[in-house]
Amino acid sequence: MDWGALHTILGGVNKHSTSIGKIWLTVLFIFRIMILVVAAERVWGDEQDDFVCNTLQPGCRNVCYDHFFPISHIRLWALQLIFVSTPALLVAMHVAYRRHEKKRQFRKGDQKCEYKDIEEIRKQRFRIEGSLWWTYTSSIFFRLIFEAVFMYAFYFMYDGFRMPRLMKCNAWPCPNVVDCFVSRPTEKTVFTIFMIAVSSICILLNVAELCYLLTKFFLRRSRKAGNSKQQPNHENKEETKQNEMNELISDSCQNTVIGFSS
Amino acid sequence: MNWAGLYTVLSGVNRHSTAIGRIWLSVIFIFRIMVLVVAAESVWGDEKSAFTCNTQQPGCNSVCYDHFFPISHIRLWALQLILVTTPALLVAMHVAYQQHQEKKLLVLTGHADAKHMEEVKKHKMRIAGSLWWTYVCSVVFRLLFEAVFMYIFYMLYPGYQMMRLVKCEAYPCPNTVDCFISRPTEKTIFTVFMLVTSSICIILNMAELVYLVVRACARRSRHNSNPSSGKGSFYGHKHSSEYKQNEINQLLTEQDGSLKDMLRRNSGLQEKGDRCSAC
Repeated sequence: MDWGALHTILGGVNKHSTSIGKIWLTVLFIFRIMILVVAAERVWGDEQDDFVCNTLQPGCRNVCYDHFFPISHIRLWALQLIFVSTPALLVAMHVAYRRHEKKRQFRKGDQKCEYKDIEEIRKQRFRIEGSLWWTYTSSIFFRLIFEAVFMYAFYFMYDGFRMPRLMKCNAWPCPNVVDCFVSRPTEKTVFTIFMIAVSSICILLNVAELCYLLTKFFLRRSRKAGNSKQQPNHENKEETKQNEMNELISDSCQNTVIGFSS
Repeated sequence: MNWAGLYTVLSGVNRHSTAIGRIWLSVIFIFRIMVLVVAAESVWGDEKSAFTCNTQQPGCNSVCYDHFFPISHIRLWALQLILVTTPALLVAMHVAYQQHQEKKLLVLTGHADAKHMEEVKKHKMRIAGSLWWTYVCSVVFRLLFEAVFMYIFYMLYPGYQMMRLVKCEAYPCPNTVDCFISRPTEKTIFTVFMLVTSSICIILNMAELVYLVVRACARRSRHNSNPSSGKGSFYGHKHSSEYKQNEINQLLTEQDGSLKDMLRRNSGLQEKGDRCSAC
């Protein structure tokens, strides 16, 4: 179970995301996870072995390393990426639940069920409205919170985002104040700033997606309020149904509505 | 065979689980196995090479490491995860057995064509009857294994905290020697994290157990208030043809609606055969 498996799991969620959500997922996998795996892990690979202190006292190096790096950048980023990508699974679970309900309706031979085939239910892309809208919005909200919490944890633990070359340590058993040297500090600073920048871009994308969803929600609401004022109620149901079908046909990017030929 | 192989095996079981069971499986794979593989293994990677004792005595280092770490956290977690996920295979075996019975039934009733056989493989089994007992046993075993491993962890590493310094006087160390552990804070953080996720999994398992019991009781009270379900003759003549017909009926009602619907639809309505291509 590794990043590839996470990619497989989240790839399925991609279908039901907005366009901004798809961009966010791409940025996450290419500019964060991939960079972490192919580059950052090598940079931090020798962080403890090459952490050198100016003393022969056994144990001083271990203790000083532990004092200055309570948790390594790499592990923090790995945890951040796992936490930030999992709210999308809430959406996947909700979609799976809706599909299950539609399949049950279909099996009972319900007249309201418009699908001709269970395969169509499996392939159908759901519109983000109703309870799915709330689930989706909550997942974006959680993503934002996790991103912010981890950025703060980073800032708090490492006093800014710069990696110093030299650290002075006097934790026991070091005999006095001892100079300790960090391995590859500039390269680590570069990657830290890069990951922070991409993290900020992801936060911006999430905020944009939230605004987009809210705007769509209010527009839809005002359209419905406008429709119900203009037309009498007994005509409304057929026409709104036809409007929804037309929107579905124009919105979906896959050919999921073959059944609506007549 | 690695974690990915385990993931493949258990994804199949996922289909026949309850909703809580699926959440449990996701938590196991994402917050425990994945964190173990991508993060925790690199934290414990240099645990022996960076374990330093304040002595030049050959062998003292190895002996002290062995004394304080009889089994590494990583290996304990790996064992725990394997043992906790495998009771789900009991359910998988039972489902396979039931599917085999259904196929035999189809052959007996004369519906043994490729389309129906495929349908038997694809449809989701209801957790009722003997499958319910198997499922409940698997959840109980999961709970047991989780609790046992949490206890072992507590016995081996009291307080779940990793010390920076341990004092060792095992032979051949000349006297009491200070030994320093590598990355103790990071190890403590991950130990606490794995402990928390383990507790969440225990809570999910308990919730699932309660849900299954409540569902079974609700179903039972529904059957008691509706005695025309055909089970009245269950306790009657065990070897009669009526008993056999009742068993077939019971098998048909216990399965998910699709098998019953499939047989019902295809008995008379040939022209709608296309509609049921995947039902």
